[in-house]
Amino acid sequence: MTVLDDSTAPGLVGPPHSHGPRRDPAPLLPDPEPVRILGTPAAKTFDAGLQRDLYRRLVLGRRFNQQATTLTRQGRLAVYPASTGQEACQITAAMVLRGVDWLFPSYRDTLAVVARGVRPLDALTLMRGHAHSGYDPYEHRIAPLSTPLATQAPHAVGLAHAARLRAAMDPASAEDLVALALVGDGGTSEGDFHEALNFAGVLGAPVVFLVQNNGYAISVPLASQSAAPSLAHKAVGYGIAGRLVDGNDALAMHSVLSAAVEYARSGRGPVLVEAVTYRLDAHTNADDATRYRSAAEVDAWRARDPLTLLERHLRAAGLLDDAGVAAAAQAAEDLADEIRAQFDDPPDPDPDSLFAHVYAQPTSQLREQAAELAARLDADADAAFPADTAFPADTAFPADADEDEAR
Amino acid sequence: MSTTMVAALNAALRDSLREDAGVHVLGEDVGTLGGVFRVTDGLAAEFGAQRCLDTPLAEAGILGTAIGMAMYGLRPVVEMQFDAFAYPAFEQVVSHVAKMRNRTGGRMGLPITIRVPYGGGVGGVEHHSDSSEAYYAHTPGLHVVTPATVADSYGLLRSAIASDDPVVFLEPKRLYWSAADFSPAEVATARVPPIGRAMVRRPGTSATLLTYGPSLPICLEAAAAARSEGWDLAVVDLRSLVPFDDETVCAAVRATGRAVVVHEAAGFAGVGAEIAARVTERCFHHLAAPVLRVTGYDIPYPPPMLEKHHLPSVDRILDAVARLQWEQ
Ligand SMILES: Cc1ncc(C[n+]2csc(CCOP(=O)(O)OP(=O)(O)O)c2C)c(N)n1
Ligand SMILES: [Mg+2]
Repeated sequence: MTVLDDSTAPGLVGPPHSHGPRRDPAPLLPDPEPVRILGTPAAKTFDAGLQRDLYRRLVLGRRFNQQATTLTRQGRLAVYPASTGQEACQITAAMVLRGVDWLFPSYRDTLAVVARGVRPLDALTLMRGHAHSGYDPYEHRIAPLSTPLATQAPHAVGLAHAARLRAAMDPASAEDLVALALVGDGGTSEGDFHEALNFAGVLGAPVVFLVQNNGYAISVPLASQSAAPSLAHKAVGYGIAGRLVDGNDALAMHSVLSAAVEYARSGRGPVLVEAVTYRLDAHTNADDATRYRSAAEVDAWRARDPLTLLERHLRAAGLLDDAGVAAAAQAAEDLADEIRAQFDDPPDPDPDSLFAHVYAQPTSQLREQAAELAARLDADADAAFPADTAFPADTAFPADADEDEAR
Repeated sequence: MSTTMVAALNAALRDSLREDAGVHVLGEDVGTLGGVFRVTDGLAAEFGAQRCLDTPLAEAGILGTAIGMAMYGLRPVVEMQFDAFAYPAFEQVVSHVAKMRNRTGGRMGLPITIRVPYGGGVGGVEHHSDSSEAYYAHTPGLHVVTPATVADSYGLLRSAIASDDPVVFLEPKRLYWSAADFSPAEVATARVPPIGRAMVRRPGTSATLLTYGPSLPICLEAAAAARSEGWDLAVVDLRSLVPFDDETVCAAVRATGRAVVVHEAAGFAGVGAEIAARVTERCFHHLAAPVLRVTGYDIPYPPPMLEKHHLPSVDRILDAVARLQWEQ
């Protein structure tokens, strides 16, 4: 395992060069094989309390994914892109961050958002469909879930850069923060991803990019997505450190990600971590994954389920018994109950909210339009007709939703 | 035979691929999956992965690559997966696709078809329901068309692919599963609708609704409902936003002397503003009332549970008709 240390700090290779210094790429390169801890001697020295904590959180994470998927079947969520099989990535992404840090999630990362402390209902608001986002980004230091892929990556760079600028302006209130941006394997093909890596490298911003390589971008397998030796190798071209880790090994995820975050925090530059994992469920509840991947492939990955791997290890190490498993299961059921309770009341978004927050102050045009809609709704109410019969609330999300990948 | 719009678009792509070896489809998930809306279903199996290519996930890359392919004489048909996910490709579209013929003094045209599923009304979450037509229509050098019927989706897509100019082909998502009796053979033998011609979908004498794509069905519904109010509304389906069919539109407006433009995109600086201005400039002396617009509000596309309030409805259209100064 290549460690992240000072040897990766910028340094001259050979004589000064008119085109600026060049770095030795070797320390930036990821290991040829993903870092693993489960099943290796390193597992024996891994903090026992942390291992148990990881287990409990993974169990909760799995239950969260199941419950959210159930909500789509009940029509209570418009869509849910599950992170089943990726819980070790989602949970550790939240765990390794401190309160001052920022998370920049993509649309699949609701679980990471919940793991960082957002109420499930608020994390799922976008998917429920009554508002675009349900949590206060400043309260939790989490940007809104980003649906346009990879567009959040440069935001993470800018925020981390700004924190450095502010710290220089006012050292007394300096925040040693790190921004963690979550991107999918498909997202690494977008220009914004590459521009973000480059800016991060040039600015030396304290950013960690976590690529959850789950093998697919909807139907497109990694082989059609990239010809790179690994996605972690993409870091090297931008002069930043690349690290490759087994995304289904919760211990390895925790250790590599926390090392990356602290490396960035210490001012040594950004890090790109590629976590090799697998999306066990379909792209979303509306997707039919049998069209592009085999049951045998899914089964092979089920055998490498992050939860199973961790539980097996903990039991073998004597860190977990039946009672521990039952306790975690009970906590998961409590979480599911809590989520169901939060979704009990059908949402009733106020039509007037359409016009709120488009600008800091509504324009005169928007005030006019809001008044027009309000008058129309009043008239409808007076006539005792339903507001509109075209899209009654309970059919807003037809069940035969094959047509919309994001449903 | 009852055919959906998706199936008609699929047939148009299949027939184009069959007839012209230069036609190449490329985009995200268009191959094995057949597209998230299944418009390219079966094409990779029939024509091979190279003729219907699953690209990396990068819209600027898709468009830029298509430009290079077109430069070398191929006829690319690209799919942008959703309206709002076409924006990374915007620079390639605006700076190159739209301008290449002009920049090269007519020497290099780019016969690229850019298919974009667009619009709302399907319960999509954020970024899945944009009406982006005005951005394209405002860019000289691009043709912009949008079918509203099953037959037109076949015919217009054939015409778009055959066109030597780039065409932004906007597919109304909410009409994807609308179905009609349709056989491609009929349309192919009939004249393929030329790009740039509007179509009167319903004759009328009281006032004229001018609309396109996703809003045609609601206008026809409004016209039917208007009968009981004593109005006989004409409905014009523009089909092509660029080039714009002034002739058909103005004839239809002059015939009634009143017009309402209906679209679901935001009204401010929308396509409806252009239409209202053109009609006013050309038909001023025939008009009994100002041209009115019924559009989406000037807001980011709302979350699914609120979109019913945002989209033009029969009520809103009839309210606009009622304001056309009847009591003169
Ligand atoms: C810019 C952009 N293009 C296309 C899409 C449509 N889309 C949504 S998810 C997805 C696949 C994403 O794959 P990946 O980045 O690997 O993330 P995963 O879904 O596997 O978590 C696509 C193409 C989008 N959301 N944004
Ligand atoms: Mg993926």
